[in-house]
Amino acid sequence: MPKLTIDGQSVEVPAGFTVIQACEVAGIEIPRFCYHERLSIAGNCRMCLVAMERSPKPIASCAQPVADGMVIHTNTEMVRKARRGVMEFLLLNHPLDCPICDQGGECDLQDQAMAYGYHGSRYQEPKRAVKEQDFGPLISTAMTRCIHCTRCIRFATEVAGVQELGATGRGEDMEVGTYVQKALSSELSGNMIDLCPVGALTNRPYAFEARSWELAKIESIDVMDAIGSNIRVDVRGPEVLRVLPRVNEDVNEEWISDKTRFACDGLMRQRLDRPYVRRNGKLQAATWDEAFAAIAERLKGVPGSRIAALAGDLACAESMYAVKELMAALGSTHLDCRQDGAPLDAENRAGYLFNTTIAGVEKADVCLLIGTDPRREAPILNARLRKRYLMGGFDIGLVGAATDLTYDYRPLGSGQGALDKILSGDDPFAKKLAGAKHPMLIVGMGALARPDGAAVLAQVGLLAERYHMVGRTDGWNGFNVLHTAASRVGGLTLGFVPGRGGKDTNGILEAASAGALDAVYLLGADEIDMGRLGHTFVIYQGHHGDAGAHRADVILPGAAYTEKSGTYVNTEGLVQRTTMAVFAPGEAREDWAIVRALSAALGRTLPFDDLATLRQRMVAAYPRLETLDHITPSTWRKVGVDGQTSDQPFVSPVENFYMTDPISRASPTMAACVDTFGAGTAKTGTHG
Amino acid sequence: MSDTQTQTAFAFTSENLTRAAAIIAKYPEDYHASAVLPLLHLAQKQNAGWLPQHVIDYVADFLKMPRIRVYEVATFYTMFNLKPVGKHHVQVCTSLPCWLRGSEAIVATCRESLGVDLGETTADGKFTLSEVECLCACVNAPIVQIGNDYFEDLDPDRLRGILAALKAGQSVKPGPQIGRKGGEPMEGLTTLTDEKAVLAPKWRKDDPRAGGA
Repeated sequence: MPKLTIDGQSVEVPAGFTVIQACEVAGIEIPRFCYHERLSIAGNCRMCLVAMERSPKPIASCAQPVADGMVIHTNTEMVRKARRGVMEFLLLNHPLDCPICDQGGECDLQDQAMAYGYHGSRYQEPKRAVKEQDFGPLISTAMTRCIHCTRCIRFATEVAGVQELGATGRGEDMEVGTYVQKALSSELSGNMIDLCPVGALTNRPYAFEARSWELAKIESIDVMDAIGSNIRVDVRGPEVLRVLPRVNEDVNEEWISDKTRFACDGLMRQRLDRPYVRRNGKLQAATWDEAFAAIAERLKGVPGSRIAALAGDLACAESMYAVKELMAALGSTHLDCRQDGAPLDAENRAGYLFNTTIAGVEKADVCLLIGTDPRREAPILNARLRKRYLMGGFDIGLVGAATDLTYDYRPLGSGQGALDKILSGDDPFAKKLAGAKHPMLIVGMGALARPDGAAVLAQVGLLAERYHMVGRTDGWNGFNVLHTAASRVGGLTLGFVPGRGGKDTNGILEAASAGALDAVYLLGADEIDMGRLGHTFVIYQGHHGDAGAHRADVILPGAAYTEKSGTYVNTEGLVQRTTMAVFAPGEAREDWAIVRALSAALGRTLPFDDLATLRQRMVAAYPRLETLDHITPSTWRKVGVDGQTSDQPFVSPVENFYMTDPISRASPTMAACVDTFGAGTAKTGTHG
Repeated sequence: MSDTQTQTAFAFTSENLTRAAAIIAKYPEDYHASAVLPLLHLAQKQNAGWLPQHVIDYVADFLKMPRIRVYEVATFYTMFNLKPVGKHHVQVCTSLPCWLRGSEAIVATCRESLGVDLGETTADGKFTLSEVECLCACVNAPIVQIGNDYFEDLDPDRLRGILAALKAGQSVKPGPQIGRKGGEPMEGLTTLTDEKAVLAPKWRKDDPRAGGA
């Protein structure tokens, strides 16, 4: 490893590091605009100039590879003057509109101008003005502020995989944009707002809403998909104003999807802020006592076998645990957290997890996608797949509907027939799988959430075994289920599935429409066919007036993910916890507390009075939920049930990326995205 | 850029398709994007000297490149015209050597005899006048490029003559306008006047070119 001296300090760093990275290792801050550790090196802002001994000129530290014996100075008069000079140039055309700029207070240019710039400018000539770009409903632009660092261009090209941004013109006329004035068709586009070191690209829905220093910043977890991206929720008073990513190298690196970032305005709309009871066919506002009384009256004398519960996609482990306990107390075994009916076995943990882990994707050399569209189901995972793809030597095959995934893949067919061919070794891709060191497959709900799902799963399991993805001694597990719901793995972990003699989702709906059930408890379950609930008494506990609430007979207003501390398990089996950022609106309460209060009203008081006690009992019963931020590998066991499969093509459950849950359906920003991009961004490709 | 012209579908003529194939064949299999500059030139030539957006798109799709990458190239180089140009595109060099040799008078002559300013096209659509940076023929300064031809060693009178001939639809001989050949000295050859010195070189005996060892 090369050894170099930085400001008299000796540092040893891996070969291939650049000087700026070595300076970071030495704990020395180097100002920069264009350099970003997750993007390619551009070296065009010149802000990171440092002095290197035996070099007549200052060097751009971001683009200079380290060498043994190098002597770097970052604090000489020459360096200070160079920085001041670069700063002065960068500010030549930059408008002095900080007071009306949304970036103010969190602006790299502002901060670095204060720290490294001149007190004034010698520039007398007129400044240039640049026409605004139309980047769609998510990003507002002020291109006059752009300093041409090209981070957004590199992000779009490299990470997001949409080659739509570029720098046109030359010299003083250079402009960053799409040239053809169209919205960026990426579901990761919001990350450019974070990357932009100035106020050229800012958060459009958040425009002129607040100053960064007015906001309380709360670290939390996202629930818009099953990835569990680490987020920071910025709030002022009762309102969530924006969502930003937090770095977690193993999950989302430092990116989040546009839904994660922008759906938060849905938290202020369509909210259930008081209990409702249906009287004479109409939902009427009620007090909590009235709502509980209505439930108690309806359930009086009803045997447990005629009550069922379904958990929705956003439910936290605590609320599912509480409902499960309540159902047990009522004597019901009809419960299910698999709204979509995917036949995943809660007992077989390796059979429902993304075992390779998201970070583990970078080790894989062949990947088979089955009935999944990762770009729309989990854009963060898709970015990881693309990252692996760009490293080279990564063959990807897709069984399912062809779509633009931002990387090349081999289309292998649309359904079961293609799986058979790979299993029998007839497909050329089978050879790739057989020859791979670390093969992996990702099976999505498009292949599993259908009547023959169990049989398909069995086939997929066979395939994993046949190509040595599983059951290996080196710890590699290439069998992956990509969930679409944040609650699903948590629900499976604590066994929110039918107990002995219990009915599953389909069974519950069938029984309900046949009149064989008296009551159904929907814990935020909105994605089922409400028509199939028949005349059953429906209790809906949730936070948005969505499908479930419209059908409900009693509505118990709960808390959204930003309003409670809830445990969520992501598709890898990673246990994470959200933090309460704001209070639930009006009379809405935290979900576990609602269930606890209801249990008392039903005369079956559950044995916990606070969240800590509930958690203690929950992790005692399900120790998997105890270890936060850690994944325990699971042992492979055969999955699925052998049976007849149909040759229906696999179709991803996410038809509309921007609207997959009650929160994003209530979000005006997401609605604007649907207007601009259509349901899926694939439809507005470069050839539109 | 707004595409103000009526969008007519653009495609290379069969002759240009052959040329394009020959240009692309110069580059390795995975590096066809390298052909973007010559292909843009070819397209510009075929499309009356300018590149509307749909023509750029055609070249991008032809090379299977993302369109934005080709927009970047086409807008970077001033040799690509993004607005329609007249039949004769008069490009006057005003860089230092041409300026020292009187390019200001050349620009003035163009203005006066064409009746348009820099960056403009005559009403009849025949001439577009532009100012360009160094045309890399400084030894023959001042220079005007018209279409693909260089007109060198100009003065206002000679230029007036050229423009008048073009207006009249006559052909004009490109190159130096004072009778010299290429960049040779104005007053005739000053060195190598004796051609024998070139034709019968005296090699050292051990030089392999001396013939025989």
